[in-house]
Amino acid sequence: MGYTEEELAEDLKNQEYKYGFTTDIESDDAPKGLNEDIIRLISKKKEEPEWMLEYRLNAYRIWLTMEEPIWAHVSFEKPNYQDIIFYSAPKQNQKAKTWEDVDPELKETMNKLGISLEEQKRLQGVAVDFVMDSVSVATSFKEKLKELGIIFCSFSDAVKEHPDLIQKYMSSVVPVTDNYYAALNSAVFSDGTFCYIPKGVRCPMELSTYFRMNKSGTGQFERTLVVADEGAYCSYLEGCTAPQRDENQLHAAVVELIAMDNAEIKYSTVQNWYPGDKNGKGGVYNLVTKRGLCEKGAKISWTQVETGSAVTWKYPSCILKGDNSVGEFYSVAVTNNFQQADTGTKMVHIGKNTKSTIISKGISAGKSQNSYRGLVQIHKNADNARNFSQCDSLLMTDECGAHTFPYIECKNSTAKIEHEATTSKIGEDQIFYCLQRGISEEKAIGLIVNGYCKEVLNKLPMEFAAEAQKLLAVSLENSVG
Amino acid sequence: MIKITNLHASINGKEILKGLDLEVKAGEVHAIMGPNGAGKSTLASILAGREDYEVTEGSVDFDGVDLLALNTEDRAREGLFLAFQYPVEIPGVSNVNFLRTALNEIREYRGQEQIPAKDFLAMVKEKSKLVELDAGLASRAVNEGFSGGEKKRNEIFQMAMLEPKLAILDETDSGLDIDALRIVSNGVNALKSDNNATIVITHYQRLLDYIVPDFVHVLHDGKIVKTGPKELALELEEKGYDWLK
Ligand SMILES: Nc1ncnc2c1ncn2[C@@H]1O[C@H](COP(=O)(O)OP(=O)(O)O)[C@@H](O)[C@H]1O
Ligand SMILES: [Mg+2]
Repeated sequence: MGYTEEELAEDLKNQEYKYGFTTDIESDDAPKGLNEDIIRLISKKKEEPEWMLEYRLNAYRIWLTMEEPIWAHVSFEKPNYQDIIFYSAPKQNQKAKTWEDVDPELKETMNKLGISLEEQKRLQGVAVDFVMDSVSVATSFKEKLKELGIIFCSFSDAVKEHPDLIQKYMSSVVPVTDNYYAALNSAVFSDGTFCYIPKGVRCPMELSTYFRMNKSGTGQFERTLVVADEGAYCSYLEGCTAPQRDENQLHAAVVELIAMDNAEIKYSTVQNWYPGDKNGKGGVYNLVTKRGLCEKGAKISWTQVETGSAVTWKYPSCILKGDNSVGEFYSVAVTNNFQQADTGTKMVHIGKNTKSTIISKGISAGKSQNSYRGLVQIHKNADNARNFSQCDSLLMTDECGAHTFPYIECKNSTAKIEHEATTSKIGEDQIFYCLQRGISEEKAIGLIVNGYCKEVLNKLPMEFAAEAQKLLAVSLENSVG
Repeated sequence: MIKITNLHASINGKEILKGLDLEVKAGEVHAIMGPNGAGKSTLASILAGREDYEVTEGSVDFDGVDLLALNTEDRAREGLFLAFQYPVEIPGVSNVNFLRTALNEIREYRGQEQIPAKDFLAMVKEKSKLVELDAGLASRAVNEGFSGGEKKRNEIFQMAMLEPKLAILDETDSGLDIDALRIVSNGVNALKSDNNATIVITHYQRLLDYIVPDFVHVLHDGKIVKTGPKELALELEEKGYDWLK
């Protein structure tokens, strides 16, 4: 009945070793481990200005004084930080050289996900003609954005070309001291994306790293900063639905969003990193800090579909600082086999008449553990703050776990907070009903699960939603027990 | 169309069907009646392929294929349809999406092309009229928030869309008022042809005033204990089932 994502990823791994892709050590790699010299090296390789180096060193010193958090409902062996290579020049040679070299099973999965051939080739880094093509597409995109005064570039370029903006906004929402992984990221971040939308501009297209002309230097320690100036609007897409395999065990990204007065930012993520094999071996630890700041009348929406990674630790949050600002969090988190996810959000109501909505759909299969952890915090002056939270859990087997940890801290008596939670097991009756109509079990699960997640999937941009739907079905193949 | 021979089946070690024989030919309508707990729904479930039941003996020939050797979805694709006694709700999945998926899976099994969206929509329009199903219901989530009567009507609508060879209606009349009963029956009668057959499971003879059976069978304690013409239903209504034991 087909293969699972895990087997596919495992195959890919073997494939890579078979072709010896990992034996090529770039001369540009830093030695293993972390110390001030390594950080100086990173900064030098990236040709950074002095202030950036100082920022990194400061973050590193802070990180040294911090402890790894242990409160999440996940357990994994803590990474050995002296055993990680913190700087590595982008390795082109890990990519298949021609389309024929690409693993046929990977091709098939991408077909299943409905990813177009062009897109597939791009993802695998092949097909010169298409790459050329995508460059021209990207160029016309860039032209258009430039006309509108929108800045959309790699973080490294922004450090050089827009130092004033970076210095002003970097760490203004997620301070270096925020948490262990954020401090680590600040010290060693590899690259990422910077985006600035000027006053009153409505960005006419979905911004995704796909259309960023610079090489896709994402890597382990990614950093994203999106600033929407007064009255501006943008929608940003992160990730992609194709299976992504990465050597890097540890991913510690930081994303900061700033929505100034009456601005709006929509941030959508589809995360499909390598989840480890069926026995829980391997897989990415995805330990991310995402937070947005809303000024007066501003709105930030986080939408995420999380199906990958062995361990997910992620709480996209909104600081509703300005009066009348709005925060939203829509999430689907799928765990299978031995995956562990502890994800949720924090809505911090500071301004008056602030509103937040949380819709979380957890789906657990195999022996996985899936937790929702959310904090709704109403500050003293947040008159008439409102929150609505709905956390649903769907269990595919008897061996998996679903947990809900909703925290509420309310210091203003005019606040209105509603919380609903449900847990259900996928109905055998529902599946039988579908089978009796001639629908295969795989498709039946896809239908039922997508129906269950509809409220969240509807929030994704159109093209993304269709891919995410297929991804859910593929992730849950053979998962009912 | 279907020939059931000496069917024995049990669940959790308890024998429910105890040597059941039944033959239904193309173009015929058969009614199965019998007291609560006789095993009527069990028979329907086993034919449809529900895994909870264990068939310990017997065979079922479905238009030339060994029905019991097929999995549930292939039985459906071969043309077996069950109108459920208790249709389930599938939140968030629209009726039309559900049916289009089903129809295309069946067509694929039969080596046919996917149905073009335009033809599909025309078909939805035509068939929903047949059971006087509100156009709104077709686009709502499968059975979600439907009244009991609407759910039953939706079953017949699905049957009309999927055009099965053999339809088994399990207590489709229960919970229907007279108007709904007439609508549902009209739908079933309109779909009747020389190439398909229907098994109607019911408690009440009143349904058989609308859907006129060629044969009436009484299922009792896991076996067909009596078979007769449609008048048998009237007799059962009068005398109950006790005289047959
Ligand atoms: N899951 C089950 N476990 C044990 N007994 C069952 C189960 N399901 C049905 N039965 C029994 O099988 C018998 C037949 O049930 P059913 O087929 O639903 O009858 P009918 O539809 O004729 O009213 C009943 O005695 C019922 O209690
Ligand atoms: Mg019954």
